[in-house]
Amino acid sequence: MPTVIVDDQEIEIGADERLNCIEAARRAGVEIPHYCWHPGLSVVASCRMCLIQAGTRNAETGEVSMIPKLVPGCQTPVKDGTVIVTDSEAVQESRARVEEALLIDHPIDCPICDKAGECLLQDYHFEHGQSERRADIHAFSSRRRDVGPTVTLFVDRCIMCTRCVRFTREVSGTAELMVSARGAKEEIDTFPGFPLDNKLAGNVVDLCPVGALGDKDFLYQQRVWFLKKTENVCGGCAAGCSIVTEHNQDTVYRLKPRENLHVNKWWMCDEGRYGWHHLHNETRIVEASHRDNEDPQAIEWADVLRRLPTDLTDAGRLGVAVSPMLTVEEAWMLCSVARTIDPDAYLAVGHVPSTGADESFPGGFTIRGEKAPNRIGVEMVLSMFGAVSEGGTVPAWNDLLEQVRAKTIQSAWVTAGYPTPERSWCDEATAATFEELSCLVVQDLFESPLSNRATWCLPAVGFAERSGTWVNCGHRAQTFEQAIRPPAGVWPEGRFFWNLLGREGLYDPESIRKQIAESSASFAVLSGEVPSIGLDLRLQQVAVT
Amino acid sequence: MITSDTFEPVLLEAAGIDDGHTIESYRSRGGYAPLEKLLSEKQPPEVVEMVKSSGLRGRGGAGFMTGLKWTFLPKDHPGPIYLCVNADESEPGTFNNRILMEDDPHQVLEGTIISAYATRASTAYIYLRYEYPKSWDILQKAIDEAYAAGFLGENIKGSGFSLDIYLHRGAAAYICGEETGLIESLEGKRAWPRIKPPFPAIEGVFRKPTVVNNIETMACVAQIARRGVDWFRSIGIPADPNNPRDPGSYGPKLYCLSGHVEKPGCYEAPLGITARELIDRFGGGVWKGRRAKAVIPGGISMGLMTEDELDTPLDFSGPGTVGCLGLGTAAVVVVDETVSIVDFLHNSCRFFAHESCGQCTPCREGTSWSLRMLERIRAGKGRLRDLDLLAEIGDTMGMMPGSTICGLADGAAWPIKNSIAKFRDEFEDYIKQTNPTGYMETDPVPALPIVTTH
Repeated sequence: MPTVIVDDQEIEIGADERLNCIEAARRAGVEIPHYCWHPGLSVVASCRMCLIQAGTRNAETGEVSMIPKLVPGCQTPVKDGTVIVTDSEAVQESRARVEEALLIDHPIDCPICDKAGECLLQDYHFEHGQSERRADIHAFSSRRRDVGPTVTLFVDRCIMCTRCVRFTREVSGTAELMVSARGAKEEIDTFPGFPLDNKLAGNVVDLCPVGALGDKDFLYQQRVWFLKKTENVCGGCAAGCSIVTEHNQDTVYRLKPRENLHVNKWWMCDEGRYGWHHLHNETRIVEASHRDNEDPQAIEWADVLRRLPTDLTDAGRLGVAVSPMLTVEEAWMLCSVARTIDPDAYLAVGHVPSTGADESFPGGFTIRGEKAPNRIGVEMVLSMFGAVSEGGTVPAWNDLLEQVRAKTIQSAWVTAGYPTPERSWCDEATAATFEELSCLVVQDLFESPLSNRATWCLPAVGFAERSGTWVNCGHRAQTFEQAIRPPAGVWPEGRFFWNLLGREGLYDPESIRKQIAESSASFAVLSGEVPSIGLDLRLQQVAVT
Repeated sequence: MITSDTFEPVLLEAAGIDDGHTIESYRSRGGYAPLEKLLSEKQPPEVVEMVKSSGLRGRGGAGFMTGLKWTFLPKDHPGPIYLCVNADESEPGTFNNRILMEDDPHQVLEGTIISAYATRASTAYIYLRYEYPKSWDILQKAIDEAYAAGFLGENIKGSGFSLDIYLHRGAAAYICGEETGLIESLEGKRAWPRIKPPFPAIEGVFRKPTVVNNIETMACVAQIARRGVDWFRSIGIPADPNNPRDPGSYGPKLYCLSGHVEKPGCYEAPLGITARELIDRFGGGVWKGRRAKAVIPGGISMGLMTEDELDTPLDFSGPGTVGCLGLGTAAVVVVDETVSIVDFLHNSCRFFAHESCGQCTPCREGTSWSLRMLERIRAGKGRLRDLDLLAEIGDTMGMMPGSTICGLADGAAWPIKNSIAKFRDEFEDYIKQTNPTGYMETDPVPALPIVTTH
């Protein structure tokens, strides 16, 4: 195994690994500060913050010969015997000088800067900079201009790392951003008439190591040190991007992508990024209601638990639409409840919204046309319950509609939870299909023609308000925690199903997950710890069989 | 050994001849015959060997061995190899490429064809500085003549070797003269020098192996082909036998003499002539009989020599012995005793702050910081402390300390550190006189309003 020596500490790296000094040092627990380098972008080695001393140790004599000058850690690959020195006086002086240089034109307006608290310029300055400002030559200015509909640029805060420019060229492939002018007068800019307007635009804000690029959606909304971070999975499409939900006091403020090389690398799309506003939409259904031939009446959850099963049992054969927005655990509990009420219940996957074809970007990122995070997971759960038609496929929403039209079922339980308040997922004609049923249960986030016809109208929750497991289009199961509490009066589906099953205590998705894993080979791997990057169920299945 | 007394100009042999730029004139002087002979008699590796053994060092500034550079190209490369001829002559004080292109373009072309043959390049680009419209016209006419005469195009003179030469005009940026900046610019991008490795010989223009050589180097190649290796090695300063890393400085060199001299101009002399001899013999002495205060040995980025250091030989290693960066482009600029060195340095810093490409932090901020400090000094607000800061910037900015990608920052640093080191008394006097109450100040002082200087 190749050995790399980082500050006298020997670490081993994989024989086929191609690491640079920054990555190798990170393995040894040493951070080499850097601005312009990013693992997902090309190397430009221009910020010069990662300058270190490097050399080679002769394998036979053990003699170390160092390169006489400083080298950029991002551009220097490591191999067996590479020696990296990151804490020498020369390196520290160089860092201090780069920090000083970067601050010459920087307005140092941290008190009014959104980035303060998570700013690399701030952090590195505290760690590597000097307290004295020797460059007392420039009256600061502070200019701001929009570079696109969602992103704004604070011109003077920029340190010219060009991560954003490279992102638009290499990952989104749209190349809106460029560097204009030259030398210290350089600025990030767009060409007139071609604003930064693409579906991945928001990533440039995450990439910006300083406060130059601001997300207009988040600007001045919250100080970052108040934000709590919960690892989540984006529910916007079947890609299931790993994200971090940043929230405070049950309010989400922003979503950020989380590194997951198997799914979304370091990126997420704007649709997902801004796809949390529906959680705080005022038109959400926030209470359970019941209707007896007249206007719906609000009803306590305890009464729902008591009356709903008998109501459904009395209504005849039950058809259940298991929403692809539900987690695997919730879907399993719903199916269990349904089969308890009616052993012959017809189980189908709920409506799967779609906007057509997938959209791929040069940087290897794909936005899926299927706008639901867990169709595959729900299908797998349904097949556990034997809900497989003759063709070997799991019944879908349209199959359920057929059953309703054919009057082979007399009651229906439709789970939904689609994050689209502005246009309902279910049109009037489809909803009218359910008119004749003796009992209709609808569980949704927003009112729809269908919920208006419901006997039982129950609130649902959004992605950040639930916990459990989603299986994305690549059969990768990702487990996540609840980030915020739903609005008062709303029970997450998991809690409701848990209680319907008559389980004791608080809803515990992990116990359900273990139970699912025990009873199904396809989910067997979920019995153990699920890493934050998830598990590929297909690979595991192969291993099991 | 040919000395400066017995030397006859060869690169400039067409200077002063009417129609010297035409192909007829060039052929009547023996031009293109060596090319034909070489194409029929020598294989490319032999030509490389010829240039290698001549000891020719690149005339663009860095003085790298031309033949050695050619050997870095991958052997048996299946795809295209490109030759770029660097005519982006933007180092202040330098104009020898222009003289060559305007007075004897076919000499340049012959050298280019020979070099392309040696490096197996089938396409050559001449990257011409934007400010040279006349060179453009003459060179394009010469290329057309060469095509008509069968020295360019398919199957040159039945040798099976084909070559196309394209003229590319830059957009007026100093950084395009940097090898990889030139390549980026040629590809149509912003001229930000590339990180090395990979070097252009492995991955250059359009990600293909590329050789970048200077116009004067091309002319030297043509002369080596015509007059032979022995002739070339009989001129200049032989390698220092005590220094195994010194490859010597052979051949003729075009010195651009300007500034405060009686007869400024482009003069050809053997490498190793001293600055004093150049000024006295060719330049007719310092202007109006004054005394030189400082002399730039080879373009402003090489730093400064004082009057006492004028006997330094201007070969590839000479200027380095007196603290300068090197020979550079051999553009000798004389600064007489009436000039304030503060003004000189301000002008130098203004140039580099304007021309820094802005990629690497130390150069982008260092050049502009030094300019602003000099602006403040000239505005009568200077402090002695500024000199230490300037010296520190000079010492820490550039490829040599490893803080930048390309050599522009070294070029910006050398005038600063040479000026401060060699003329510190003058700076201190200037600061004390112009800022008698505040020159000892060490605390931050109120900033000056931003002055736009370019």
